[in-house]
Amino acid sequence: MTRPGSTGAPLQVSNLEGKGPKGQRKRPALLGAQPLGLLFSAPYVLYVLGVLAFPLGYAVYISLHQFYFTAPGVQVDRPFVGLDNYVTVLSDPQVQRSFINIGIFLVINVPLTVGLSLVLANALNRVQKLRTFFRVSYYVPYVTASVAVVGVWLFLFQQNGLVNSLLGPLAPNPSWLVNSWLAMPTVALYVTWKQLGFFILLYLAALQNIPDELYESASVDGGNKWIQFWNITVPGVRSASVLVTLLATITGANLFTEPYLLTGGGGPDGASASPVFLMYQKGILQGNPDVAAALGVVLVIGVLLVTLIQKRLVGGKED
Amino acid sequence: MKRGKNHARILSIAAMAVLGTTLAACGGGGATGTGGAGSATTAKGPIKIWYSNNAAEVKWGKDMVAAWNSAHPDEQIDGQEIPAGKSSEEVIGAAITAGNAPCLVFNTSPAAVPQFQKQGGLVPLDSFPDGAQYIKDRTGDLADQYKSSDGKTYQLPWKSNPVVLFYNKDLFKKAGLDSENPKLSTQSEVLDTARSLVKSGAVQTAIWPSPSSDFYQPWFDFYPFYAASSQGSQLVKDGKSTFNDDQGKQVATMFQTLYKEKLASAEAYQGDSFAEGKSAMALAGPWAIAAYKDKVNWGAVPVPGPQKQDKSYTSSDAKNVAMYSACKNQGTAWDVMKFATSQDEDGKLLTETGQMPMRKNLTTTYSDYFAKNPAYTQFADQASRTVEVPNVSNSVQIWQTFRDAWSKSVIFGNQSIDDAFKGASDKIDQLAGQK
Repeated sequence: MTRPGSTGAPLQVSNLEGKGPKGQRKRPALLGAQPLGLLFSAPYVLYVLGVLAFPLGYAVYISLHQFYFTAPGVQVDRPFVGLDNYVTVLSDPQVQRSFINIGIFLVINVPLTVGLSLVLANALNRVQKLRTFFRVSYYVPYVTASVAVVGVWLFLFQQNGLVNSLLGPLAPNPSWLVNSWLAMPTVALYVTWKQLGFFILLYLAALQNIPDELYESASVDGGNKWIQFWNITVPGVRSASVLVTLLATITGANLFTEPYLLTGGGGPDGASASPVFLMYQKGILQGNPDVAAALGVVLVIGVLLVTLIQKRLVGGKED
Repeated sequence: MKRGKNHARILSIAAMAVLGTTLAACGGGGATGTGGAGSATTAKGPIKIWYSNNAAEVKWGKDMVAAWNSAHPDEQIDGQEIPAGKSSEEVIGAAITAGNAPCLVFNTSPAAVPQFQKQGGLVPLDSFPDGAQYIKDRTGDLADQYKSSDGKTYQLPWKSNPVVLFYNKDLFKKAGLDSENPKLSTQSEVLDTARSLVKSGAVQTAIWPSPSSDFYQPWFDFYPFYAASSQGSQLVKDGKSTFNDDQGKQVATMFQTLYKEKLASAEAYQGDSFAEGKSAMALAGPWAIAAYKDKVNWGAVPVPGPQKQDKSYTSSDAKNVAMYSACKNQGTAWDVMKFATSQDEDGKLLTETGQMPMRKNLTTTYSDYFAKNPAYTQFADQASRTVEVPNVSNSVQIWQTFRDAWSKSVIFGNQSIDDAFKGASDKIDQLAGQK
């Protein structure tokens, strides 16, 4: 079976490979076939190098040395210590706990985010009346500062909060935010709720690319709404699902503000301490940026691995 | 496709080259020389200072700057509040690294001084000919607590907020307790009173210290009681932790009981629980008098020890003045430091903020003020018996280690006090021993 449009491919490939009219191979130009493209992409390349690559490279450098910040002009020894900082980080029970915490968070937050945002986007896509109102309603928490919204959640989930008042004798003891078992799941629920609007928008955009004819065909063939959703919508937004999964994982792994505000730092006995919170403690408060940088590098590697696995699992063959 | 790969390779090599260059630059170290030495200490000219951002101190700061500027047209002060940040220490630390710290900060936490010193961000005040003598004459023996491990003094002891035990007289009356002579003379009396307060229904939470994991929270729960129990022992003494003893464990057990019996809350209160009548007792310094005025009918007692005592100790919650090495005109900065901590300016600070200048003979020097404001006399008396945070390396990490052990054992009861204190003590000994 030939894919549409494939007939023109050989000529393009021939050109791309730089063969001349007589089949002779041209020497590739140093700046490529379209040097102007480099000029256009230069600002972004410079941005990536300056804002992403340099700090990352510097973090790796810091993590391999005994390093602390000094005033300009102050000369101190910063000996190369190899992987010592990594050993310190990986053998620290608090760090180990923080990775478990973030694992608990991701296990709750990512599936909930993907599932709820897809279902709600699908529902919103079909709503005819008050569509804008609903879209704005879901988006408002996302654009509201965490500091402001956290107050509402504290009102809901504190010992004497609304949720416990409604639950009465069924309220957990200790309460949600000071309960070692419930603190991180509560944070995960909060983050899911707060970020849902953004992910719904991503899915709404993806849903516009699914032709209505597919739903009509399925309907004619007797497929009910569930069959349509499972066999048309879900595969149709697979690329968006990959994006939502990866973004939710990356933002979740970098969690800081929400547990910091909701659970007063590391939460009950460190039960909501995240790796980024520990980086802040060690690097900024305690003046050990070398250990904090090592933790950051471990986190980056961990997130890359997890997202790679997720991309394979969620993306399937298509990706 | 090969050509595409070649391009990618060229770009990768270029990126690596840029990264390599930057990393090499990072490893190159800075320029030679450190601040704080030589002619800088005599240089005169305009300087920049930061002061705290609470309303009372802002007023004092502005008045002090105006007074100086009117008399020194060639050595003007540019004064401003400490820029906003999660904490003053973070802002100051970042400014040291960036090289744009002001000459003086009138809000330097003693706990942060070892770190700032390690960063090369501070000027030793002993480098001024009259530096050591001025501090000794003004503060007396209490100033010894602020010497660094290298024997130098990097901070001028400025003002303290001796922590005492405030109580709400109305809530005590409501609970049927004596509000004028409350039973708060010993730690066991504190527990009994807390039980009575909650049992009577006068209040749901007897005392509400912040349960958060911030490294500085022990200064407002454990440390005042430990100072009272140990007759003024610091958390670390001679490079060894002290708290893993009977007094330390007794204080921890008292708080553990408060949390276990729900007399204290493990949840953070959004606001001031004492000012809002949600708790009947609070640990605070004299700054709180202005804050509680017209809100709470309060009384205050010294922080109790295990037994009744006439002269008890407490934690100081001090803020000091430090000079930063980015300062070009350190001669002027030193003159401003002395001017701002003169008897006259200290009197204004006391009047406007209610905080205690760290100077000898406080009650006699400002006898008129204390005669007119008897509520502050207790704090002035207590100011001579305060315990500062230990001036040792890794100070913040040491306090964080202690706080983590406290949270685990005392607040959340997930470990025994013995095990938690032993573990924290071992780790703190190790940290205090590092340079």
